[in-house]
Amino acid sequence: MTDRFVTRGFEGRGRVPGSANRIPPGQHEIKDFPVLSAGPTPHTPLESWTFAIEGLVDQPVSWTWPEFLALPAQEYVVDISCVTKWTHLDMRWYGVSVDLLLEHVRLDPKAAFAIAFGDGGYTTNLPIPDLVNGQAFVAYQYDGQPLSPPHGGPARMVVPHLYFWKSAKWVRGIRFVELDKPGFWESLGYNNHGDPWKEERYSEE
Amino acid sequence: MRAPLAWQIATVTSIRQETATVRSFTFAVPDWQPHLAGQHYDIRLTAADGYQAQRSYSIASEPMRIGEIALTVERIEGGEVSTYFHDVATVGERIEIRGPIGGYFVWEAAMGGPLLLIAGGSGVVPLMSMLRHRAGAGAKIPTALLFSSRRRDDVIYFDELESLRAADPTLHVFHTLTREQPPGWSGYGRRIDRSMLVDVLAAIGGPPRVFVCGPTLLVEAATEGLVGLAVDPSQIRTERFGPTGV
Amino acid sequence: MNERSDSASDGSIEVDGAMTLDGNAVAGLLEEIFATDLTAQPCICATCGDRAEAGSLRAFTQAPGVILRCSVCGEVMIRIVQTPDATFLDLRGTASLRLPRPTA
Repeated sequence: MTDRFVTRGFEGRGRVPGSANRIPPGQHEIKDFPVLSAGPTPHTPLESWTFAIEGLVDQPVSWTWPEFLALPAQEYVVDISCVTKWTHLDMRWYGVSVDLLLEHVRLDPKAAFAIAFGDGGYTTNLPIPDLVNGQAFVAYQYDGQPLSPPHGGPARMVVPHLYFWKSAKWVRGIRFVELDKPGFWESLGYNNHGDPWKEERYSEE
Repeated sequence: MRAPLAWQIATVTSIRQETATVRSFTFAVPDWQPHLAGQHYDIRLTAADGYQAQRSYSIASEPMRIGEIALTVERIEGGEVSTYFHDVATVGERIEIRGPIGGYFVWEAAMGGPLLLIAGGSGVVPLMSMLRHRAGAGAKIPTALLFSSRRRDDVIYFDELESLRAADPTLHVFHTLTREQPPGWSGYGRRIDRSMLVDVLAAIGGPPRVFVCGPTLLVEAATEGLVGLAVDPSQIRTERFGPTGV
Repeated sequence: MNERSDSASDGSIEVDGAMTLDGNAVAGLLEEIFATDLTAQPCICATCGDRAEAGSLRAFTQAPGVILRCSVCGEVMIRIVQTPDATFLDLRGTASLRLPRPTA
């Protein structure tokens, strides 16, 4: 690493000291919730909103908004790390476990990967073991309020153990596939897996 | 084409308070290159642990101040770079910069006019570079500046604009104050709208070359308004600064 | 990246509309990559065919990368990610770019 010029007296904004052992390497803690997006905020009317599970499943399934809200849901309090280096501890969400959604389908034995897709064309890919066993949920409330559109509302995926780009905003479904397909950021230099504790930020080469 | 864009360390040589929340910083630039009015410099601040923040600031000064540039920075609450400039930086401060940057939102006297400049808040900065250049070049091109600010005390460069205007009958300056007007105020007192644009266009005659800069919403409203008044869209150049209303 | 787009990160402000920047905001990054100012150069959208100066494209910079979208159809034209040792560039959404060459 070349010598970097350090600006006298500059510390950067809002970086909270402490909580060291809960902050993954290279991250700093913040208390606010930045809005990051690759494009304009989609506004799908709830009357036409659906969430689908499709691809390598015996029978694709989908829920309308009222049907989705009727599913058993729970509160989640999790730490979130974004690859842009902020970590926010104890974020409070409310939504449906992906395990519960997957009870409605039977995965084809050839299915190995999941592609989460959302309004606006965003995709992100996950190996199935990262999606199941309580590791992912579809949230429609944040901090006790309906999830706002800039933060991915009406519903977004949340996968807390991976960098937050793996938590697709404006999520509309999960497609199961045999061959891995890098998503929006994975195909542009970001790591295919994205574990913050191993600092899997960028792609290997 | 010019030498590759590279970071260099510039030194603050003077600081001028323009309004309560706006300051201008003059920098001595070791590898100075003349800029075009409307261009900007990128600023990069680095903390001891390697954390970096980078922002762009339009050049306020005219092109022919050899070896130095002036940037005008508005202090934004919660903004890590602007608060550094207002709360920490002093004369003698060494800051990493690179530039000049930008070829789209630029004007030089040879491009001619009539010239219509529309600014919201600190969006006036690149347009001020254009006006300072225009004055320095002695260009008597029919020009109007329509400048939207919140209150009289928020108007950046008020006195200098008045001096330029008073010395040059081909320059028209229109102010609008959107939140509060002082007693006896003779300028506009509302957000930029169609009838204001009609007045301003009438002052300069002829199809204008237009530059609009400021908060995104103001830029888009002004542009739409002008197109609706049959201004040729290909003659309108815009630079959006993001949110905050004026 | 102008500071305003950074300070308005409380989640209550729409990412589109007020927060949208334009190609001018990433002019330095584009010049770093293309070794020339791109903002005054025309580029053609691969989706709708619109021809516009790169400085007028819609820029989304509040992201793990930079996204430039066509100001007419909204589709992605240019995507850029900078990692510590590389720049990744996706130009699939741009049918063509013009890079001026120095004249003798």
